[in-house]
Parts: sequence; structure tokens; C-alpha cells
Amino acid sequence: MVSVSSEQARHPGLIDAYRLRWKRRRLLWRSFRSRHHLTALADRTGRIGPGDILAVTTLRNEITRLPWFLHHYRRLGVDHFLVVDNGSDDGSADLLARQPDVSLWQTAHSYREARFGLDWMTWLQMRHGHRHWTLMVDADELLIYAHHETRSLRDLTGWLDRTGRDVFGAHLLDLYPEGPLGAQTHDPGTDPTQVVNWFDAGPCRAQRQRPMGNLWVQGGVRERAFFADRPHRSPTLNKIPLIRWSRRFAYVNSSHSALPRRLNFGYDGPGGAAPSGVLLHTKFLPEVVGKSEIEKSRSQHFHDPDQFGGYYDGIIGRPTLWTPDSVRYTGWRQLEQLGLMNSGGWT
Amino acid sequence: MSTLGIVMLVHTALDRAEQVARHWTASGCPVVIHVDRKVPGGVYETFVRSCSSDPKILFSKRHSCDWGGWGIVAASQSAARMMLDRFPDVRHVYLASGACLPLRPVQELIDYLAARPRTDFIESATTEDVSWTVGGLDIERFTLRFPFSWRKQRKLFDAYVKFQRRIGYKRKIPEGLVPHMGSQWWCLTRQTLSAVLEDPKRRTYDRYFRRVWIPDESYFQTLSRLYSTDIESRSLTLSKFDFQGKPHIFYDDHLQLLRRSDCFVARKIWPQADRLYQAFLTDQATAMKPAEPNPARIDRVFAKAVERRTRGRDGLYMQSRFPGHGRENKLTSGPYSVFQGFSELFEDFEAWLAGSTGLRVHGHLFAPDRAEFADGETMINGGLTDHAGLRDYNPTAFLSNLIWNTRGERQCFQYGPADNQDINWFLARDINAQISVVTGAWAVPLFRSNRNFSEIRKEAARLQRIETEQLDILRSVWTKARVRIWTMAEFIEAPMEPIQTVIDEIMPAGPRHIAEAPRLVDIAGFGKFLQNLKNQGMHPYLMGDFPVEEPGEQTPKPIRKPYLVQ
Repeated sequence: MVSVSSEQARHPGLIDAYRLRWKRRRLLWRSFRSRHHLTALADRTGRIGPGDILAVTTLRNEITRLPWFLHHYRRLGVDHFLVVDNGSDDGSADLLARQPDVSLWQTAHSYREARFGLDWMTWLQMRHGHRHWTLMVDADELLIYAHHETRSLRDLTGWLDRTGRDVFGAHLLDLYPEGPLGAQTHDPGTDPTQVVNWFDAGPCRAQRQRPMGNLWVQGGVRERAFFADRPHRSPTLNKIPLIRWSRRFAYVNSSHSALPRRLNFGYDGPGGAAPSGVLLHTKFLPEVVGKSEIEKSRSQHFHDPDQFGGYYDGIIGRPTLWTPDSVRYTGWRQLEQLGLMNSGGWT
Repeated sequence: MSTLGIVMLVHTALDRAEQVARHWTASGCPVVIHVDRKVPGGVYETFVRSCSSDPKILFSKRHSCDWGGWGIVAASQSAARMMLDRFPDVRHVYLASGACLPLRPVQELIDYLAARPRTDFIESATTEDVSWTVGGLDIERFTLRFPFSWRKQRKLFDAYVKFQRRIGYKRKIPEGLVPHMGSQWWCLTRQTLSAVLEDPKRRTYDRYFRRVWIPDESYFQTLSRLYSTDIESRSLTLSKFDFQGKPHIFYDDHLQLLRRSDCFVARKIWPQADRLYQAFLTDQATAMKPAEPNPARIDRVFAKAVERRTRGRDGLYMQSRFPGHGRENKLTSGPYSVFQGFSELFEDFEAWLAGSTGLRVHGHLFAPDRAEFADGETMINGGLTDHAGLRDYNPTAFLSNLIWNTRGERQCFQYGPADNQDINWFLARDINAQISVVTGAWAVPLFRSNRNFSEIRKEAARLQRIETEQLDILRSVWTKARVRIWTMAEFIEAPMEPIQTVIDEIMPAGPRHIAEAPRLVDIAGFGKFLQNLKNQGMHPYLMGDFPVEEPGEQTPKPIRKPYLVQ
């Protein structure tokens, strides 16, 4: 996803604050109106209890990832999943509709025109996520954080509550296989990080963007392989997927930035190191080659899809992303050691 | 009936509190529970009913407890009073919270206290001796007034403190009291505790402490000093604090850490930490050997966590660490060396430096066409590529990434006015940078090149302007880097002396003298070259003074052999 353009990085001040306020209202209004796009296939939201942790996601044809996705987040302690299915034809919807902790909506409307699904998800968050910790993740993103094997999201959010934080940021870390893309086999229901288990330990660059004050972190393997000549287009890696939601909040750009503005400061104190996690990005499972062919023709991703034809072509060409400087993923302690995440004082 | 009584202050997770209370009573220790008045009546009633089957659990008069307020002291007073009155056998009273968990068999604690019948365990230090106060207030806790909440009305709180300081307001400390502070979790003997509670001047003291900030950390700590015959100034409760002054929470995965601590009681335990409660409240068979409490290991782990949180790691810029300008501590994660002009003056300087120091020596990392990594590599640690476009998109991030990715191995690189100049301020402000500059040495490649003189003249003017600007930055008052600057003329007088100095600084324990000297390039005729530039209207001044050689002297002359400093 492309982040806010750097033109927006200018003009701080009161006027912008006022403008952002209206921007947020506009986004909320759009989202509110987009509720008509959604048809409920399985509405189990009545089972959501106070204090439950919710996961919100939009997906299309993720049958190979869903079993592990659900397994991973259930294990972390997500109590309920709010899912928008954007026209899957591979059985994803059936699988989801059968899950006791999933509420499912379907839409055939344009993903791109719904701000890449954000309008739909914002509506669901507005409707069901108020005062809940909500997690916005894609089906190919697995959140991990310090001590995630032994401590649940409830432990984490409890601690965040105690320390007065309502936002938890995460770094999107692209995992890739050792050989050429598409040459591996992945058995749905097994851990995808067994198939794609290498990553670039750096480099990342960060800059702060105005007027929203969000951090813009770029870098990593996709930049190295596909965007070296167009670094300003390279993927945004910072996310704020876990927020103690209020119906007045709105994500602006995927889960990279949000309004009100202070949510963007949640993952970066002026000094010191705040807590943050990592979203393991399993995009480069073998199916990515075929999917890229489809996505290239659908043109539903990116603000300016024509700019990204080369990106899809790069993936379709089945490159080997692995290099001798690649690092094999072994766990969160390694990622913290490498500076990709922070326990932020949570010991 | 046991000689140890437990006073328990509870405001949440009542089921856990009951579980722990029953654990105490099972070993014979009576428990008096104080439940915060803010707990709703119905919840309180249920809790009392649920505990009623145990005659050794009593409930004291309820007070409303706010953090840093008097309520906690009042609660401790009433509960302690009740304990002393109702259980005459009790010799030691232990103040605990609902989130406290006994780590060792209760009998061991009883024995430990029985062996020290007159000792009061209460952390109690004078205000001069403590450095851990939150909010920066120590003695002023006792001499100012605090009508505003620190947590909810911070701005008012701070403003009012400032105001009182300005007008020089001071409360009078009651006569005979020497303010002491310490952990609020104590274990006092009946003698000391009853003396505090029955003090004829208690009304005066209470009135005074009501207005002290965080009295629960000073009331008993100060008053027990008046009566105790034997104070051991430490808390028997293991409690660690985070950067905000809030207690760290212990989770299931702290089990081994807690086991090894040999402490009697720990707080604060996460109510959902089932394994901890399971392990410490039931598996008494696997309990620890009798030993003195030894929290040192836990101290280290948690101190490190606090530092990580408040300071982060130097030179790391990421998702959750992006310090503002000037607040970075150090800009990079480790020391590195920048050489300017050396590879122009010496043949194969990089190979020579790598050979004599064993360090990773890069070429011009900021060269216009690509980052010249050591040994012609196109990618180094962390997937950092030599792509000039990516590097120039954010050159300071490229540098901090390079240093971060190669932690533990000092990096050296060449630099010069022909390279990307956007890192100059970063270099200058970075205390980790060791920068050695031979000014004007960029002219040597021009001198040796086979280019038209008008082109050379233009290029020389450009490079001289750039290097002058760079030197202004390196000499500015904000510069923190270790900078050494020589003019080319003074440098080639005795080149090995400066090189030896620089290398000694890089490797303090390295060889005292460099075995083999690098070879200077042939610069015979350089003076004449500079004069030609001058004649054409370009005034090269960064090289220092070079004599213009006589035309007759330009006949082949043996290459000057650099000498070694002995």
C-alpha cells in the first residue's frame, strides 16, 4: 500500500488540525454509508462480551491462509472475528460462516472504491468495536509481540491499559522462501512461516509525516527487489493494528495511520523506545505468483494501479528474493535483538 | 494460633485475594482484609460471604483508597488495629495487597520471623538517601501541599508545586519527626505497630500526614523510626517498578525467575497468571530451600527493561523508536571512522588500512554512482544494497542502518567532497564518529587525471567550495564527533604521525607501531599544478602552502619514502 503522499507532509498548525477533524468526520460518514454494501452471512455479534478482543479483516480468496490465521489469533486470545468477504469463490466464505467466533459479511462492491476495504471495516468497528481492543489485520499478516508464546493479547492489552497506552504499533516484516517464488509447497492449516521463513534484517528508514504526524517507515525486501529505482513508492512498513477503539476513530490509510492524530504518536515516544510488535507478512507463499497475475488485471490495489504493474511483473517473474545476507526467522527475541520490535519495558 | 498476621489491602481481583487469604489461613495465619470502599456494595457482600466459612479471615472498616492519598494509610491503620485487638498471639503484622503472592511455604516465613522476634522489616530511608522518587519530589513531599491529583490533574499539580516553590511556602514538620520513605509493604512487630497506633500525638501526626504526598510510603516509615529498637530497612515483599513508577507485573513465564529469587512474597501478580497461583499456592512440595531472599537477578532483568523503555538502544530508528532531533542520546549504535583525503594520497589505502587494523574498510560509501562496500560487495549485513538511489533517498538512515546492522564490528569508510554531502551534520553531531580529514587532497586525483585543464579548474572550484562548507560544519559548536583536520601540506610533511594517532584511537590495545607504511602517490609537480590553477583565476587554499618547484627539479626524483615514527 502506498502511504500518504509526502506533499501532505507540509502545512502543520491549527488549520490542519481543523481540516483533519473534518477529514475524520468525512471518513466516518463514508464508512457509515458503506454499511449498505454489506450483507450479513453470519451475524454472531450478539456473542461479543464486554472487554472482548476483536479482529477485523477484509479478504478475498484466502482459503489456504484462513485455517492458520484463525488458529494463530485464537491462540493469542482474539474472542471474535469480524470479517468482510469481498467476493471469494474458493470456499473462504463457507469456511468462515461455519466458525462459531466469526461474524461474516459479504460484498461484491469495489475494494478500491471502499478505500481498500477500510470503509467497511471502519463501519464494523464503529458498530461493534467501541471500547474494545480491536485488531485490524489482513489474512496474510500474523501479529507477534514480546512474550507472545506465553502471554495472550489480553495480558498485553491489560498492560497497555495500565500504562496508559491505547495504541500498539507493529512493523510489517516480509517473509520470503529460500528459493524462487512459487517453487515451494504449502499445506493449508500448517504454519506458513515454515515455508516462508527468511527476511531482511534491515534496512528501514523512518520519517515523520505531516500533518497527521504518522511515522513513515519504508525499506525491507520488497523495496530492495522491486522498488530500488522508485523508493518513494516502496511499501509502507509501519502499522498500528491494535487500538483500543472508539467509534470516533478512523483509519486513514490501511492500518498505517489513523485519526485523531494522537493515535499516530502511540508507537513512538519522543525519547526511549515504546512497545511494538511485528506483523509477519506471509504474502510470498507459493500462491503469490498466480494471485499477482489476477490482482494485476483486477487493479483493485494501490491508489494508482498503473504505477505498480512492474511490481506484479516482478513477482510473476518468480524471482529469488533470498540472498546470503538474509536471516532465518527464529522468534520474537531475535526480532527484538535486531531492532525490528520492542518489548518496551514489558518484562 | 500463629504469630504472624496478614493485613491485606484489596480493591480488585477479589477471587485471587480470597485464594491467597485462604492460603495464609491454612498455615494458621489470621488475615484481616480491607476492601476499598470504591468496590460496589454487592460485590463486597458476595466476597465477604464467600470468605465467611473461614473464621481466621476478618474484614476491617472500609476507606476509599486513591493512589498517593491518605486512604491507604487509614485502611492500614484500621486493619492493623483490628489484627492486634482480635489476635493477641500475633507478634508480626505483614502488610500485603491482594496482588501479593507468597513464594515460599508460609511456615518458612513464620520461622524466619520467629528467629527475629524484635525486628521490624520496613524500608525506611531519609529523603537524602533515595533516588527513586517519581515526579522528582523528595523532601518537598513533606513540606508542600498537594490538593491536586498527580494522575488526573497533572498540570494543576505541577503548577501548584511550582507556585509554592516560587513563594517559598513550607509546611512545618511536627517536632521530633524525621521524614523517611520506603516501600509501602512492611512487616512490623506488635510493639512497634501498637506504639505507632497508640501514640498520644497520633492525631497531630495523622493531621500532618493527611496532606503529605503519597503518605503510604512515608507514614509508617517515619513513625516506626520513633519506636523501633531494630529496624531492618528492607521490604520482605519483592516489588519492582517500571519507568512510570508503577509496579511491574509478574506473569506465568516469570515462574522460574520468581522461584530462584528466594523471596517470601512478590507483587504484583497478574490475576490471570494461573500457573503462578497454581505453582506457589499448591505445589509446596517443590518449594525452595531455606535461604535469604535474593532478588538480585530479578533486579537486573527489570532494571534492564526500564532502561530499554526510557532510553532505547542508541542508533536504532524504527517503528517504535524515532527520537526527536537532539534527543537521540547517540546517533549511531557504535564507533566508526571516516577518512577523507587518505585514499587520494596513498596508494591502496583501503587495503592497507584493512590489513593493519583488521577492520572492515569501505571505499567511498557515498560516491555518486554506488556505495563502495569493502571487497566490492553489492550487499552487506541486513540486506543493505549498494544502490545509490536507495541510499540517497535517506542518506543518514543509510549510515545509521549500516552501523546498526554491523554492530560489534567497527566500520571505516572514505569520504570526500565529491560524495553525497547530506550526512555532514549527522556525522558532525554523532559522538561515535571519528573523522580524519586531509583538506585539499581531492586535488590529487585531478592533478593526476588526464582531463582538459579548464574542466579540472571547474571541478577544483566546485570541490573546494563543497569542502569549505563541510569544514564549517565540522568546526561548528554543535560538533560532537572526534574530528581531526590537517591541510595536505602539513600532512605530507610527516604523514605517519597523524595516521598512528588515529589508529591508536581506533585500537587502543593494538600494536604500538605500524609495521608497514602505506605508499604515498607521486605528487611531484603538484605545487606547479596548484600555481597553474591560481594563474587561471581559481585560488586553491585548502591544501596549505605548497612551494612551486623549480622547472629544473621536475626531472625524475626518487619517490619520497614515508618514514615511520619511532
